[in-house]
Amino acid sequence: MSAHSAAPPAASADRGAGGQPYLSTGPLQRMAAGTLAMAQAEMRKLRHDHLDIITRSVQPLLWLFIFGTALSRNRTLSSGTLDYRAYIAPGVMAQAAMFIAIFYGLSVIWERDVGQLQRLLATPLSRSSIVLGKAAGACVRALVQAVLLLAVLAVAGIGVRWTFTGVLGTLAMLILGTAAFACMSMLLAAVIKERERFMGVGQLIMMPLFFASSALYPLAIMPGWLRAIARVNPLTYEVQGLRQMLVELNPAPPSGVVWLDFLVVGSFFAVMLIAATRAYPKAIL
Amino acid sequence: MSASAGAPAVLVDDLVVRFGELEAVGGVSFAVAPGEVFGLLGPNGAGKTTTIRVLTTLLAPTEGRALVAGHDVRSDSLAVRASIGYIPQAISVDGALTAYENLDFYARVTGVRRGDRRERIEQAIETMELQPMLDRLARTLSGGMLRRLEIATALLNRPAVLFLDEPTVGLDPTARRMVWERLGALVEQAGTTILVTTHMMEEAERHCDRLGIIDHGRLVEQGEPAELLERHDTDSLEEVFAAVTGRPIAAAEGEKDTDDDEEGRLSDVRAQRRTARRLG
Repeated sequence: MSAHSAAPPAASADRGAGGQPYLSTGPLQRMAAGTLAMAQAEMRKLRHDHLDIITRSVQPLLWLFIFGTALSRNRTLSSGTLDYRAYIAPGVMAQAAMFIAIFYGLSVIWERDVGQLQRLLATPLSRSSIVLGKAAGACVRALVQAVLLLAVLAVAGIGVRWTFTGVLGTLAMLILGTAAFACMSMLLAAVIKERERFMGVGQLIMMPLFFASSALYPLAIMPGWLRAIARVNPLTYEVQGLRQMLVELNPAPPSGVVWLDFLVVGSFFAVMLIAATRAYPKAIL
Repeated sequence: MSASAGAPAVLVDDLVVRFGELEAVGGVSFAVAPGEVFGLLGPNGAGKTTTIRVLTTLLAPTEGRALVAGHDVRSDSLAVRASIGYIPQAISVDGALTAYENLDFYARVTGVRRGDRRERIEQAIETMELQPMLDRLARTLSGGMLRRLEIATALLNRPAVLFLDEPTVGLDPTARRMVWERLGALVEQAGTTILVTTHMMEEAERHCDRLGIIDHGRLVEQGEPAELLERHDTDSLEEVFAAVTGRPIAAAEGEKDTDDDEEGRLSDVRAQRRTARRLG
């Protein structure tokens, strides 16, 4: 074997390698750094694959311009909003983000199969950091898609409420909801483990979540049993929050409702994060 | 490459791993000295990967004790993970990132400080001779390049111990030679301890300082390659394997087709085939 002058020095076994200074930093700091690294990797992947975000953006546009236009004259559906397309825009945005998040579990199973997950688990990254990092990756993709959708809404002159706090709040709610569903997806991946089975279960969960929510129609027109389901569906609260921040509603909802939506979606995220951190990624190995 | 004296870099003491009724590793004990290249040799499904998964903290041992770089894998797993580099059998770099981006990512997640990152990455690039491929997406690299990139990503935190699980599986002879050459340079220059699993007898004999032969989850023989050959009065490790297990290695490989242990599951076989495909 030939020697090479550039080989890096290894730390001795008893002093525990270059990892020791790393461990001297606080756990929160390490978690934030790890999450950031994983989110940045996702952004880099997106930069290498523009086509992915474009193809993913087609589906929400179909909902908006075909479904939305076809039913635009139905005032019952739009719950008093002038433009039904504006009414469903938050729902379509949330659904598209949920689609990305739910199928993130699939990529996690793929990463397990190709060895990436084992490798990550053998680094000093905390388990919560890996889960949060994956969720952050889903959020990055959802955000890019949402910004594109907002741009289309602006160009098409669809009457959403363009306020700084409204748009900022919309993106914040979208991040929270996407992260929550991504954690739920990782929890599912830990239980299901097989890609083929995950595809079926993902569809099975996603469509009922979408249709049993206020994404396309108001809770008021739902039959009682469906309204009961919608009221425990976190997507309902995400969509309600987005709608209040982005669309002029008539009558306007009572003040403080948007905070309730943030509280529900935030709590859902916290529960899913804890559950996913416990179940994933050990269970997926 | 020769072993140096001092506290062992890896100490495995009566290690047992059970999956329900199945005992994948049954009372394995060995020690690896700092700077030594130790090879765990055995057929697929013998318990090599399970042992390495315990040492890299991916699996908890059922019984026994394992220390890596002086840290207990059970009670001090974070310190173990901060002290090691690990390259699983499957290709673990991200195909959707460039070679440089993969290096940067692993520098971050293994905790290399921002101020040291560039220097560490440059050293790893030079050590593994990655310069011509830095801007290429990893999925476009050849098998040998991928393995070198993987090893480079595992060196960034300057690990005390580097674990390699079948690092040359699926590679052509030229790429295999290149990988071993780079690993040899790493040991000679940096004194890194390497624990490698393989079922390739010729590679094990040529590149490892010491070997442990593992079969059915038990370490049935260990020693320096020359010492093993002399002890069993033969000139090939295949014959040493046959002498200590009672059957040739080819027959042992065949048995694993029907085995139902941790390493012989359908998903693992699929993963191995996928790895071989990705390595071209």
